[in-house]
Order: sequence, then C-alpha cells, then structure tokens
Amino acid sequence: MSSLVEQTATELQRRLQASEVSAVEVASAFLDRIASHDDKIGAFLSVWREQALERAADVDRRRAAGKPVGLLAGLPVAVKDVFCTRGELTTCASKMLEHFRPPYDATVVEKIEAADGIILGKTNMDEFAMGGSTENSAYRPTHNPWDNERVPGGSSGGAAAAVAAQMAPLSVGTDTGGSIRQPAAFCGVVGLKPTYGRVSRRGLVAFASSLDQAGPLARTAADAALLLEVIAGHDPRDSTSADAPVARYSQTVSQPLEKLRIGIVREHLGAGLHAEIAAAVEEAIQVWKDLGAQIQEISLPHNEYAIATYYIIAPCEASSNLARYDGVHYGYRTDETKMLAQLAAERKAAEGNPARLEEIDTPLVRMYRQSRSEGFGAEVKRRVMLGAYALSAGYYDAYYLKALKVRRLIRQDFDQAFAKVDVIMGPTTPTPAYRLGEKAADPLASYLGDTYTVSANLAGICSLSTPCGFTQSGLPIGLQLQAPALEEDRLLRAAHMYQTATDWRLRRP
Amino acid sequence: MITQPEETTAAYQTVVGLEVHVQLLTQSKLFCRCSTKFGAPPNTQTCPVCTGMPGALPVMNREAFRLSLKTAIALDLHIPQFTKWDRKNYFYPDSPRGYQISQFDLPLSEHGFLHISDPQGAFPPKKIRILRAHLEDDAGKSLHDEAAGKADSRIDLNRAGTPLLEIVSEPDMRSAQEARAYLTELKLLLTYLGVSDCNMQEGSLRVDANVNIHMQVDGEKIATPIVEIKNLNSFRAVERAVVYEAQRQYELWRETGKKLGDAPKQTRGWDDQAQLTRAQRHKEESSDYRYFPDPDLAPVLTSAEEVEKLKAAMIQRPAELRSRLQTDYALDAHDADVIVNQGRLFVDYFIAVAEKSGSGKLAGNWIQQSVLRYLNEQEIGIGEFDISAAALAEMIDLIQSGELASSRAKDVFAEMLNAKTTAPEAMKTLGIEAVDDSTLVTLCQSLLDDNPRIVADVQGGKQQAVGALIGQAKKKNPNANPSEVRKICLRLIDAM
Repeated sequence: MSSLVEQTATELQRRLQASEVSAVEVASAFLDRIASHDDKIGAFLSVWREQALERAADVDRRRAAGKPVGLLAGLPVAVKDVFCTRGELTTCASKMLEHFRPPYDATVVEKIEAADGIILGKTNMDEFAMGGSTENSAYRPTHNPWDNERVPGGSSGGAAAAVAAQMAPLSVGTDTGGSIRQPAAFCGVVGLKPTYGRVSRRGLVAFASSLDQAGPLARTAADAALLLEVIAGHDPRDSTSADAPVARYSQTVSQPLEKLRIGIVREHLGAGLHAEIAAAVEEAIQVWKDLGAQIQEISLPHNEYAIATYYIIAPCEASSNLARYDGVHYGYRTDETKMLAQLAAERKAAEGNPARLEEIDTPLVRMYRQSRSEGFGAEVKRRVMLGAYALSAGYYDAYYLKALKVRRLIRQDFDQAFAKVDVIMGPTTPTPAYRLGEKAADPLASYLGDTYTVSANLAGICSLSTPCGFTQSGLPIGLQLQAPALEEDRLLRAAHMYQTATDWRLRRP
Repeated sequence: MITQPEETTAAYQTVVGLEVHVQLLTQSKLFCRCSTKFGAPPNTQTCPVCTGMPGALPVMNREAFRLSLKTAIALDLHIPQFTKWDRKNYFYPDSPRGYQISQFDLPLSEHGFLHISDPQGAFPPKKIRILRAHLEDDAGKSLHDEAAGKADSRIDLNRAGTPLLEIVSEPDMRSAQEARAYLTELKLLLTYLGVSDCNMQEGSLRVDANVNIHMQVDGEKIATPIVEIKNLNSFRAVERAVVYEAQRQYELWRETGKKLGDAPKQTRGWDDQAQLTRAQRHKEESSDYRYFPDPDLAPVLTSAEEVEKLKAAMIQRPAELRSRLQTDYALDAHDADVIVNQGRLFVDYFIAVAEKSGSGKLAGNWIQQSVLRYLNEQEIGIGEFDISAAALAEMIDLIQSGELASSRAKDVFAEMLNAKTTAPEAMKTLGIEAVDDSTLVTLCQSLLDDNPRIVADVQGGKQQAVGALIGQAKKKNPNANPSEVRKICLRLIDAM
C-alpha cells in the first residue's frame, strides 16, 4: 500500500469509511508532509496544525460512535488565502491584509467544514489573485514541485502546488481569468473553474466580481467532483449565485458519455503555441477518437479580443473592489507620526508660496495615498490604475462599455459553438511553467499566458484543465475542456473518461 | 455688503431645484439585515456587509424597493421595467467600501410631479416636475473629537447601509416660499404613505438646494452659475438659504458679470448660526465618481402587473383628500387644508365625526377650533386624544337636536375631556338638561311680569330690548336656551 499522501481523495475517502485509517492519521500524514516539504515549495501561508488535528479527532469520534458524518469526513483540504476564515489570518498574500482576521467564514469554508472536511491551512497566491505565477505574493513565491526553479502558475499557485506536492489531496482556488486552470496545468493536477455563480462568492475576497469563481483542484476528475459537490450550490447571501440544482458529481463522474462531440478551435493550435503542447493536444485528440468521440472544428471568432476585453473589465472592477483598502477601517495604515512630520516639513518648505501650499495633501488624503502605495504590490497598483483610468469620465464608453459589448459577443460565440458540440477542447496554456522571474519585468507577456482561459470567465461557462502530457524536460502540460454553463457534470465525466484512457495523472514530481 | 432682499426682489427671479434624501422606514438596511434603528451605541448595528469587509456581498432588501415603488407611484413617476445598481466611487472615511451603491443612468423611476399651493395665496397653485427618484445606501457618520488638544476622528457605521430614496425635482420653484411649500407637501405625502418618518433632526429627511437667478437685462435672459447648498437642517433653513443665496448671486453678478457657463457648479454650505452660505473646499467637489454597474447585484425587474397592483393599492394622497373633504363635507379650501395637513389619522377622525354627526361643517368647526387647539396645547397627536369620534359626533348631535345649547357646548366639551366621559354624562354633571316648553313659558311669563318697562319698549318697536331678559332667564335657569327664551318672550308680548 502506498503512503497516505500519495493517495487520491477518493481512495482516502474509501479507506476512511472502511475505518482502515483514521482522520487523525490522514491529517497527520499531510501535515507532516507540509512540515517536511513546504520549506522549498512555499505553498502555504498558514498551516492550521492544531485545529486540523482536533477536527480530525472529532470526525473519528463521531464515526466511531456511529453518528452521521459529512461527504468529506476526514479528508484534508487546503484553502486559498483569498477566502475569509473566521478569526484566522486571511491575507490575500498582500501586505495590506497582513493582520486581517475576518469576523466570518466564507460560504465555501462553511460548506467544507459542514461536510467534515479538514482544513489544513491557507495557500499562497498572487496578491489579491492578480497574476499568473504566484510571484506577486507579498510574502514568498511558490515553487513548482516539478522544477523548483519554475513558477507553479497562479494566481492559485499555492493551491495547485500543494496538491502536486502531495501536501493536500484537495484544495480550493479561485479563477478570474485562468487562476485555477493555469496553475493546474503548470503543476500537473486537475483544476476546475465552475460556471459563474455555481459556487458562492460570499467571503471570497473580490478581485473582479463578475468573473471570480471558486473551484476545486485535485489529482483526478473524481476527486474534483467530490469537492465540487460539496462547495457548489445556491447561496441566498450572494445575489449572483445560480439558483440551480447541483448534481451528485461524485456519483456520476464515472459514467462515460456516449457519442461525445468535441469541438477544436484550429486557431488555438497554431501560432504562439509551444510545440510540445501542440503535440500533446494532437495526441489527446487521437485518444478521444479512440474513445469514440467525434471531433469537429469550430470557430470562436471573437476569442481574439478576449485578452483585451478581460484586461479592461477585470481591472475596472478591481479598482472599485480594492478601494476599501484605504487604511481607515482595517488592514495596513501608514506610520502616521512619520507621515504628519513629513507633511509639516513640506508645509514649512512651501511657506510664503500659496500655490505650492495648496498643492500639499490634507492629512487624510496623504494617509490614503501613502497607505495604499505602501500596502499594495506593483501588479495590484498597475491594475487599480488601469481600471480607474478606464472608468474615468470621458473614457468609460470607449473602454468599459465597449468591453461589455465584446463580452456579449464572446458569450454568443460559445452559445453558437455549443449548439454543435458538447465540449470544447484545447490547450490550457500557450507554454509550460516558466522560470521564476522570467516574466516579472514584462507584465504583458504574463497577461498573454491567459489567452486560452479568460474567455470561459467572460462567457461565464465552466472549464477544467487535466494533465495531458509532459515536455521533454519533464514539465506538465494541461488540456483544457470547456462545457456550457451549469454542465459541470458533463465536464467532469469527460475528464474522467480521458483519465481512464491515459495515465498522465499518475505521475508524481 | 449684502442689502436687504426686499429692495431688489423685482430685479431677478429665483430658480430652485431640490434634492431630497429620504430614509425609508425599513426594519433592516438596504443590503444586509442590520437594524436601522436610530440612536444605538456606535457600531453596534453593523455586520461584514455594511462595514465593507473584504468578501462581503450585498443582497437587496425587497421591502426598501417596494417602499420606493410606492413613493414613485404617489409622485406620478414612471416606473421602467428594468433598473440596476451602480457604484459611485469616492474615498471618504465614513464610506467603508470606498463606493456607494446607488443608481446612475437607469433609476427605478423618472418623470413625475407634485402639485403645490399656498392657502394664503402667496403664489398661485403649480405643478413641480420631478426628474427622478432612486435608491441608494447611506454612509456612516464621522465624529470629530478635538478635545484635549488631540484631533481625534471616530466613525460610527450604524447608519451605513440605511436605505435612502433620493427624490430630485426639476428647477421649477421660483421662490423660497415655493421651495418650502414643495418640501412641506412632499413630507406630508411621505408621511401619509408611511414610507419615512421624515425626522430631520435624526437625518431621515435631508435637503440639498440648487439655486440660481434669472434676469432680463436689455431684453436678454441672463442666468447665474448654479450653486448647490448643503447642510440645510430645517425647512426654515432652506427658505432662508435660498433667499440669501439668490441675493448673494445677484450681488456677485453685479460685481463680476459671471453668467451660467462662466463658472462650474459650486457647492456651498449653509451656516445656520451666521445665516449665510460659505464655499466648500474646492477639492471636495471636483470628483469623478467613475460610475459603473455593480457586478455584485442583479438588475431589478418590475412587471407592469406589479406596478398596477401597487397603483390599485395606492392610498388617497393629501391633494386628493383636500378636494374630497371639500366636495363630500362642504369644507372650504382653507379648512380642508388645515385638516389634511394634520395627517391621515386626523382626517380619519374628522371623517368619522362628520359621517356620524351628519354635519361636515359643524364637525370641521369643532375639530379645528376645539380639538386641534387642545392637541396643540397639550402637544399630543390625535391618537392620544381622549374624546372618540363617536363621542364628539354625539355631542354635535345633541347640539343639532337643540338638547345642548351651543352656548354650553364648550363647557360640555371641557368636561368630557376632564372626566373622560360622554356628552350626556358631562351634561348631567354640569346640570345641563333640556327644559320643556311649559317650564320655559312659565319662566318667561314671570320675567315679563317683573319687567313692564322692557315689555313697553318692545311694544314700542325696540325688539332688541328683549335681550336683557335672556340674561335674567339664564340666571334663573342655566339650561334655558337663549334663542328659545327670546322667541317665547316675543310671542307672549305679541299676544298681550
């Protein structure tokens, strides 16, 4: 028998139910793994060792007493540090929220705990989920478990690396433009971005409200199905939550799909795509053909505008969502004594010059300005400025309003495509994981890494990434599957079908 | 130096538009379940949503939306089927999210009106157009404590998130009096609707006034730049601020010649102590709010059926009640106005008395002269008044049937209040009873016998001489009805 940390959540669940292993043993195994491995990976920002063991013991007691336990009973879960956890640090990997302990739990956290999942800790991410490498964390970068010199992707880099490095069988991330799927691809795990509104956003610290969506990262489609089943569902406390029934994904995931029609976007396999990834996707097409699926070429004509559209809408919403971090109510505030001394010095220097005096900030404005410029990292500031600019009087119509119109067209493209095919397939990322620091100086290159993923967020559909090969140098490659809104069941079953025909998911770093 | 306005009012026309913020009477806030109750200790009525905590999401309070629709219908505003929420972005310490949730280009209602008039005839009745009414959430309160030499600002977020309906008029008012009449009528209507308590001290009704002046100069129409006046704490303050500001703009125009378009819209604050407006800091007014649709909230759809349903359930508005009281109960415009302005409970009281007694005129007189005076003296409302409508109607019935002389009715009314009793009981206590005819004839005959000079005077053609007998009759029997005494005496003299 392989060690506990090597096993999938589904295997662990079976063994826990059969009392072959206790929840405390499972939690201990993963906590020990974190203790021994996370120094070099940096997947976790906080580890809840004591609480996790206590909760695991509680699950064991209840199971032993024959009391009912939840679907995740005893299964460890890592949670991205963007979800509010009551009384526990929730930093969003930002200096701004260094000491922030929310007074409430995110709905996702409530659901995991209600299902008796054992939260191991909070995972690293790009600050406020902005970025694709987890290098934008204010605390530490996360390293790719397959090659520690490389990034794990982002923004849910910690969540993906934790699963890949066997420090958690399951984790929850968030995906605004690819932030679950891209790190899943880079780290060789499964990552699912559900339909917008499928999983409650309550307690998920907002980056771009109309695009943010929480979802599972796991080793297999079956494991992802298990976690999605727990976290999905209508939440009356989130006005954008979808009021639609949730399938028993963990039960249906192993049912194959008959006569599956798969759409391929030919342009996505051409220029700009890493040759080894293109080859892996072609190979996957062959696997599907062998499985009896019908492959069709489709067209998403407005997809080429997806990146531009995304990088208007997301920063606009972010500029407003992040306005609350102003140093007044919670979070980081600049050193006021120093600030006031500085202001006094500026006033003294401007004495006798009314025009210059008029230019000097009031203490309140200076407090805002300085708190925000010291508390936010470069990428967050870049996006806040982009968004504030695009929403300004005189620019709104040309940028934001236009972006909303293109967004509608992108959605219509998918509607038309899904009239012909059941699932759309292609690469998750244009390149495999890159080296730490490689794109740090070129934000635009980093934005282009979202080429294949952002349109699912803009259209609000569901999408997942599953391992489909490795490069010569041993880096994982992700295959992206997309399905219409609320068709997570189809997506998971398709991914499971593919996984039973291949063994990419079985490799370990 | 600003001259007295009376001297120059003819030189210009004052133009006023009003923005009124009304706190809606909901149990909970607009986007969370916190209480909206006034006066709780600071920050005790807050939650992650109204304090703008990271991750917190708003959920619309349907009741606030319903009250807004009800108000919109009462103001004859058009209600579109689609409305949405927008974020108004600005930094201020009492705005914890860094943006207000409001409505920008697609408000829940637009294009309505309110009729105003002045019973004293200060201006002819007119229709004030209303541009729009939209919902938004309130900010918290900053409390500045500069005691002990240390500037210390604190923030109370109890009010943050309270539903506000902003009602924006067109610039249709032409004087301070019209502005006051509009506010008075609007407040009355809102009170009738029960959508707000309109308490200005507690901030449930707040007014900003947009003011400028129009002039005819050498056949050319000239307007001054528009000024928005804030910090208006009473209707009286609005009236005074408008008068002051119009005159200030006139003086300024004479000095600088600056017209509308030559200067941007300015915001000034009313200083009630000094009775003048002061310019507010320039930086506070040059904001770009970067409005955009709030992605956390779904647009709100209102069906035509829903609007029809609300219309069907609409109460009679003050204006409608005024004309109803005039046609159904023969009140004159002034009396109807006085009664309706007291509020719906008072009107109901009047209607009950008028219906039960069958006399609108008498009911109107008693209610205005006696009931209203008493309420004002005691500073109580009609709800706390001890004489029921039925009891007052009974008293009026007794007057009409002649059983209670008008001259004694005031005493009876006082006794009814004093002993919390009915009119017949009060009459018994006061010893008031109807005197039958034969007793009265006997009384009159004895008076005539005792006063031959008066009899002679009357026979000589001086009918008014009989008046002296009435006083004597009342002394002998306080229940003697003066007019009856008069009639009987004249008849007896005639028959002599």
